[in-house]
Amino acid sequence: MQITQILFLIFAAIILGSAFKVVTTKKMIHAAFWLIVTLFGVAALYAMLNAGFMAMVQIVVYVGAIAILFIFAIMLTRKELLDSAAPLNKNWGVAALFGLLSFGGLYTLLRNWEGFSNKASALSTDVDMITELGTALVTPNAYLLPFEVASVLLLAALIGAVYVANEAKSD
Amino acid sequence: MIPISWYLILAAALFSIGLFGVLARKNAVAILLGVELMLNAVNINLVTFWRYNAPETVTGQVFAIIVFAVAAAEVAVGLALIISIYRNRNTIVADDLDLMKW
Amino acid sequence: METTNLIWLLPLPPLLAFFIIVLFTNKSNKLSHIIGVSAAALSWAGAMYVFYQAVVDDHFVAFTDTIDWLPLGDGYLEIGVRIDPLSAAVLFFVGITIFMIFLYSVGYHNFGQPKGDHDKQGLPPHGATVEDEHGHKHTVPSVEPMYARFFAFIGLFAAGMYTLVISDNLLTLFVGWEIMGLCSYLLIGFWFAKKSARNAGIKAFMTTRIGDVFMLLGLAFLYTATGSLSYEVIFSEATLHALASAPAFWGLSAAGTIGLLLFIGAVGKSAQWPLHVWLPDAMEGPTPVSAMIHAATMVSAGVYMTIRIFPLFSAGWDHHTLTPAMSIIAFIGAFTALFAATIAIAQNDVKGVLAYSTISQLGFMMAAIGIGAYVAAAFHLVTHAFFKALLFLGSGSVIHGMEHGVLHTGDHSVDPQDMRNMGGLAKKMPITFWTFLIGGFALSGFPIVTAGFWSKDEIFADAFAHGHTAVFVTLALAAFLTAFYTMRQITMTFLGEARTPEAEHAHETPWTMTTPLVILSIFAVGFGWVGIPEDFMNLSLPTNWFHSFVGHTLPHPMAAPVFSWIPLGTSLVVALGGLGIGYLTYRNFKSADAVDPMRKLLSPVYHFIENKYYFDEAYDYLFVKPATWISEVFTNKMDQGVIDWILHSFGTASFAIGSTIRNQFDTPVINRFFGDGSAEVVQIFGRWLRKAQTGRIQQYMLSALGVLFIIFIALYYLVLA
Repeated sequence: MQITQILFLIFAAIILGSAFKVVTTKKMIHAAFWLIVTLFGVAALYAMLNAGFMAMVQIVVYVGAIAILFIFAIMLTRKELLDSAAPLNKNWGVAALFGLLSFGGLYTLLRNWEGFSNKASALSTDVDMITELGTALVTPNAYLLPFEVASVLLLAALIGAVYVANEAKSD
Repeated sequence: MIPISWYLILAAALFSIGLFGVLARKNAVAILLGVELMLNAVNINLVTFWRYNAPETVTGQVFAIIVFAVAAAEVAVGLALIISIYRNRNTIVADDLDLMKW
Repeated sequence: METTNLIWLLPLPPLLAFFIIVLFTNKSNKLSHIIGVSAAALSWAGAMYVFYQAVVDDHFVAFTDTIDWLPLGDGYLEIGVRIDPLSAAVLFFVGITIFMIFLYSVGYHNFGQPKGDHDKQGLPPHGATVEDEHGHKHTVPSVEPMYARFFAFIGLFAAGMYTLVISDNLLTLFVGWEIMGLCSYLLIGFWFAKKSARNAGIKAFMTTRIGDVFMLLGLAFLYTATGSLSYEVIFSEATLHALASAPAFWGLSAAGTIGLLLFIGAVGKSAQWPLHVWLPDAMEGPTPVSAMIHAATMVSAGVYMTIRIFPLFSAGWDHHTLTPAMSIIAFIGAFTALFAATIAIAQNDVKGVLAYSTISQLGFMMAAIGIGAYVAAAFHLVTHAFFKALLFLGSGSVIHGMEHGVLHTGDHSVDPQDMRNMGGLAKKMPITFWTFLIGGFALSGFPIVTAGFWSKDEIFADAFAHGHTAVFVTLALAAFLTAFYTMRQITMTFLGEARTPEAEHAHETPWTMTTPLVILSIFAVGFGWVGIPEDFMNLSLPTNWFHSFVGHTLPHPMAAPVFSWIPLGTSLVVALGGLGIGYLTYRNFKSADAVDPMRKLLSPVYHFIENKYYFDEAYDYLFVKPATWISEVFTNKMDQGVIDWILHSFGTASFAIGSTIRNQFDTPVINRFFGDGSAEVVQIFGRWLRKAQTGRIQQYMLSALGVLFIIFIALYYLVLA
């Protein structure tokens, strides 16, 4: 067992464990914290995959923004009673079943794929990944359009969120 | 060396857990947490395939970045909605939000 | 125009008059009678022209014309017209009498008079109250409500008679025969609201129908035996010979059988015994109808036909012994003559006497033709038409005068037709009296100056000369009775003093009624002179024109009977004797309630005579009642009971089936089970299904995923694996 493999297993355990906690804790704020742990784990995974920029973006965006957002939402919608009640609804058995089914299905599908046992190829070192990525995002021939569309999407989401969450004016 | 299958299985497992969370949690915010987990699983998949199949391109990473953006937008809007619902109905238990009931 | 074309057109004017009046002018009395009288006049003019053409031609045989009518196999059934001397003579009297009757009808039905107070269609008119300038009200005769209809009917009648006379075959003769049968029904029952009139019409039609059935049988037999109904064919020597030799029923030859069968038709039509019962009842019709039917046309048609088929039933006659058919005809004729005369002496209705008189005189004609006196029969036919029409129209005039008296006194219980209520009318109605007298004398056979004498005398002469003593004696007796009852009638009606106030107030009738009387009386007097035998009273007189003219209708004309004093003497004795005794017996008949002298004289048999020998009652018992019973059984039991029951049960069954289907199948199965049921099922299903719409998105997601998994697994295992 190589060191990378062990590392992978530890991170996998962290991710899966905290993910499990996310979906099973009673208290919402705990769930949010466990999510942060999961996100960190995923970031570490990105780093193992030589996608350093991705790891950073994961932490900054997901943990720094989205998770914070969750915490804010949880704070604004807190209910004492809810936190002491059972976290799962009455269909959780079926849901578990479906979860297992989906995992099983995905595994079955992937297993029959011939590339399932590939090993990673070596990275070329003369290419600067980040420069490449940055150039690709702003090159019209490349991925400028999706980039701009994503921006528009974010703008729309921003406006939408502000509007939806706006308190009705009482005048 | 780590075979691709480990990453993919991990992503599948994460996805399944997220699915479970979406389907089984009472709290609306918790549902969104489950969605986040699923999105992360997807991202892992994307990056894994980038690394193992086409590392010289940047397509995989770009895709994953766009997913980030979308996830962020979706969370923002979703939470705004939940807050609005909370203000109107004073509840965020998903089962209580059944206005579309027959 | 050519005479034959004219002959075809003779029935047309009255027929057209019928249609025009029925379709167009039935609301206007004046137009209707103008059309009717003009039609009669036109046909008369045509008939006169044809007669003239026939008479002036020295070698006249016949005017004939035929057309191919009905395609039959290889050839055609031909119909056509034929005017030979016999039909020319008949045309002569038919034309003039019809014309006179049409003219008479204008006055008889009170044209120009006001509409009656309570006159209804179907009843005879009852008078209208008019106010004169002084404010006095009196009742005057009112116009007949169905005036136009009358002219239409007699127009059709006239068309039928003309058709019969001009036809050259028995088929179209039969057509005319039946048209007249229909019209007699319509006209006898003219005043249809009177039950007696309706019954009389039915009686006439039914009785003549019996005769017509046998006549049809005769026609069928004839056609089968000879293949034709045309006179030229059936009266040809060869055909007659064949028919005479072929044996048929009951010892008669085919010719005799056919002749008898056809004769039975004439028995019905000319009211001979035993089918005489309809004629007295036919007096229910208006008097012009009685004149038409019983003098001019219908009854004459029967005699005409019998004379026409003389060659048939006399086929094989050796001029000595009568053929069986001839004997039967002679018997029926003679018997009827005497039989009817005996009834006539006890009749009190002025038209009733004339009715029985007609029957009797037709009997004379039948007897004449039965014994083979061809020309005598035809001669008497023509003269009788004139004086009988005259007598009937005269009686109508008398009745009109009496009705005037009834309207004047207002006493409607007095029957204006009863002779006992009359008397003294000679002074009040002179024209009617004198013409009636002439007619009556002609009927009785008053010597020399009346036509009846000559024709009756010829019958007697023929009977005596050929040794038919029985016929001779019977006819002589009948002639005596004829003179007797005629004088009885004249005395009771016209002579003496008025026996009732109604008779006192009678007065003469208008010119439209008296003119025809005058014209007819001229013929009643003069027509006899065309038939004076050459050897009359052993003088040498000019040729008997009538005898030679009509006699030539036969292929072998028969010689006139040799003159003998006995028949002449007999006829003088019976005529004058009868007239004298009649006058003497009845001149003392002073009051309306007096007992008829005959009643005392013939008391044992008087009530038989008075009730017409109870023949009506006998027929009623034998035929009418059983027929009514059968028809009632058939109507009630068969028709209503069985057939209607079947139909009703169809209805009931259908209803039951329908109800069963409705209640057992339609309502529970179709309506409830399928109809409501399917709605119910949908509702239940919907209610069950909507539970899936919980509004909870996690459950929606679960179901979506579930289905997705199923599809994926199915896809995987079926497609990919």
